[in-house]
Amino acid sequence: MAIQENKSTLEVTPRDDAKFWKIWKTAGILLAITAVEFLMAFTMERGVLLYFLFIALTIWKAKYIMMDFMHLGEEAKPLFYSIIVPLIFLVWLVIALVREGSDIFNLRW
Amino acid sequence: MSTTATAIGVSSKRGIWGGGNEPLKASYGKLMMWFFLLSDIFTFAAFLITYAAIRVSYPGYAGSMDTFQGSNEYWPIPELVFDAFPFFHGVHMPLVFVGLMTFILILSSVTMVLAVEAGHRNDRKDVVKWMLWTLLGGIAFLSCQAWEWSHFIHGSDSGSVITYVNSVNKLVTETVFGANLAVNEYGPAAFAQLFFFITGFHGFHVTIGVVLLFLAFYQAAVGVYERRGHYEMIEKIGLYWHFVDLVWVFVFTFFYLI
Repeated sequence: MAIQENKSTLEVTPRDDAKFWKIWKTAGILLAITAVEFLMAFTMERGVLLYFLFIALTIWKAKYIMMDFMHLGEEAKPLFYSIIVPLIFLVWLVIALVREGSDIFNLRW
Repeated sequence: MSTTATAIGVSSKRGIWGGGNEPLKASYGKLMMWFFLLSDIFTFAAFLITYAAIRVSYPGYAGSMDTFQGSNEYWPIPELVFDAFPFFHGVHMPLVFVGLMTFILILSSVTMVLAVEAGHRNDRKDVVKWMLWTLLGGIAFLSCQAWEWSHFIHGSDSGSVITYVNSVNKLVTETVFGANLAVNEYGPAAFAQLFFFITGFHGFHVTIGVVLLFLAFYQAAVGVYERRGHYEMIEKIGLYWHFVDLVWVFVFTFFYLI
């Protein structure tokens, strides 16, 4: 029994190199985007444009993580949309709270 | 996912109403993990959007970079606050340490996908190997964060002169070192509060993730999944771990870049 437990009972399929290197390619892209963000933080002037670029790059990274790492794109369509569509509410939250914040700014300073 | 062994076999005899079906072609555990992560996205989004709201309610630091002084009158510039690196005391190395942390977490996310991929192939040896790397990455990240917090709390050598209302309700002007929930040398009190809450909540998630990773690593190593016939647990814990990475990507942007 003891020997049997150590023996593989499941059939092992060999590694698919194309898949393996695709994962590392995604990793490379993520690290490259982060490096670009770093570069921008030190070379560009702080302002709305820079912040916009930072957020755009971040969402782009998030897309890679969710699609390539979490395989959300390969799930059934209704599952995909039930995760993505509710995020629309965040758009409202951003608008509401940032507006609130800038109103406080105007009152305070 | 088509390549995954499903947790529950659908019996063709019992048909669609007989139970044992997988709605949305995902097993119960994976489905619930996704919905949990969706709720967690909202929690973290609420935190980060609150950060944005409080950030815009303060003016940013507008003076010269060389003469930066922390004050609760304006929001600090992150690269002037987070510029320390272990063993390089007093050297100005802006964002290098947090860059390293990001690097570690992304790499541990990569080794996690490799573990999930090995799980699809039922390759126990590879699963154990990649899980171990992921686990080490998680522990390394947590250690970095512990150092980051410790440095943030203890502060710089010179501190900053801050006028604030202290714990006995007196208005005082004094040199403040480091940070706590009431006052900090970097900026408004809300700056340190948000730092503690957001990176702390993320660190808490990472801690839970490390516990889960260890569990999965152990169970894979002793052959629990092999006997079960599938490596779906690796996939579910993988989803959680990628989510932790995903949140860090946003925390990194909002806290350290903007």
